[in-house]
Amino acid sequence: MLHLTERSALGIRNDFPIFSKPTARGKRLAYLDSAATSQKPLCVIEALDAYYREYNANIHRGVYGIAERATEAFESARARVARFINAEPAELIWTRNATEGINLVAYAWGNANLRRGDVILLTELEHHSNLVPWQLLAQRTQAELRFIPVDERGFLVLDALDRLLDGCKIVALAHVSNVLGTIVPLDAVIPRAHAAGAIVLIDGAQGAPHFPVDVKSLDAEFYAFTAHKMLGPTGVGALYGKRELLESMPPFLSGGDMIRSVEYSHTTFNELPWKFEAGTSNIADAIAFGVAVDYLADLGPGWIRQHERRIMGYALARLGELEARGLHVYGPKDPDATGSVLSFNLADVHAHDVASILDTEGVCIRAGHHCAMPLMHKMGWQATARASFYVYNSEDDVDALIGAIEKAARIFKV
Amino acid sequence: MDDFYRDYILDHYRNPRNFGHLEAPTVSAEDLNPLCGDRIRVELNVDDRGIVRDIRFSGKGCAISQASASMLTESVLGMPLEEVAKLSKDAVLDNVGIGISPTRMKCAMLGLRVLKSAAIGTLAGWPDEE
Repeated sequence: MLHLTERSALGIRNDFPIFSKPTARGKRLAYLDSAATSQKPLCVIEALDAYYREYNANIHRGVYGIAERATEAFESARARVARFINAEPAELIWTRNATEGINLVAYAWGNANLRRGDVILLTELEHHSNLVPWQLLAQRTQAELRFIPVDERGFLVLDALDRLLDGCKIVALAHVSNVLGTIVPLDAVIPRAHAAGAIVLIDGAQGAPHFPVDVKSLDAEFYAFTAHKMLGPTGVGALYGKRELLESMPPFLSGGDMIRSVEYSHTTFNELPWKFEAGTSNIADAIAFGVAVDYLADLGPGWIRQHERRIMGYALARLGELEARGLHVYGPKDPDATGSVLSFNLADVHAHDVASILDTEGVCIRAGHHCAMPLMHKMGWQATARASFYVYNSEDDVDALIGAIEKAARIFKV
Repeated sequence: MDDFYRDYILDHYRNPRNFGHLEAPTVSAEDLNPLCGDRIRVELNVDDRGIVRDIRFSGKGCAISQASASMLTESVLGMPLEEVAKLSKDAVLDNVGIGISPTRMKCAMLGLRVLKSAAIGTLAGWPDEE
């Protein structure tokens, strides 16, 4: 067990092999794109390797040693990921990613429960993953889409929430905006949604990696998140759902493993959570997800939040020094109101050009519309540059970012 | 990649040549870069012999897409339309010089793709994929 107070980002960085080598141009890697995907610690990489080398076998059916070991590791990972968000293992369904979790609810719950004229309430700051599935559900069911507005600072406007909730069956909203960093006030929305008779789904893709999550106290019906943004591998995610809802829902995908017994004409389905896990799961990646969550739990979600808050405060201050040179920072400029996502533009320089020049200095950021095109259009931004921080980042990464932005400003003469 | 951002590129970005619209273009086309949403429109005036007599482009985008399109408009003035239709990616890369990374190739090729689309009257393929 590590002593958290002694942890530093520089020590954490040693756990991630990717930081052990310079970039192709000989620069130190300043990885500031964890909102897209996080880096992986050695323990996660080794967990993947160990499964394939030592106990590769399918789960749940085999009665031989390595199959039992694989099953035990797979279900143990589920229990640890569930505990990480204070859920029961039966309430945690493995998916491919957060998007698949949202689709599961939109199909399995949505098709069975939405009727013409029912309201689906979203916010204006959603990622495409928490917008398009609901557009398609609205088309299938003739339901109505409504949106909680976002103001120009990036905050949700809740003044008209009760009117928006009239006739609403489900509210689907992000935990944290992947463009603006806005922490969505879930505690202000969820009780009012319940009072209006709606259930709530949270897109936790940018939440679970960075904030302590307790699904029991949050009280949302569903919480979807993904491994690869929280030190785990790509290809596996998880959907938490309240047990009684999951039990009442029809299956989503169907086939092997999700059944109890099958006749030629009909099938009875497996119990939770396997009812929603058709076909052979992503076994190695689920096991490695469990290891990633162990690593995060060891650091402590509270420590992670404080660590990122400190870096955000430093980044906001340093970027603020560049405002005189035409740097615009978007979203709430308050580290208490944002996660670890920071969008900006440099004068009239296109975000892609900024990102390309930053890359020459070893600084990896994202540029573009961040899979939130409606929000970008509403704000009147063609593209933004986005830096995002995680456990292995420190003030030296912010310094590298600032130095690289100054280089871009020199090249573009702003 | 920083090799790319030379003074003449930035000059074309800040002062794009042949930027704007024609009153009654003979042919025109428009498309966007699916990676970033940047959009370019190209309008041409072509005479009876099929020679490009005037050209304008419009749109918003990064320095690579804007400068590539700006330089391209200068090089096709006076060119027969059937030659425009056959231009390869080298028509752009010879203009802009070195330094286009694979991830930015679509930015550089957007103007050429739209220009060729105008020339052939239907959406052309991506020049870097041909």
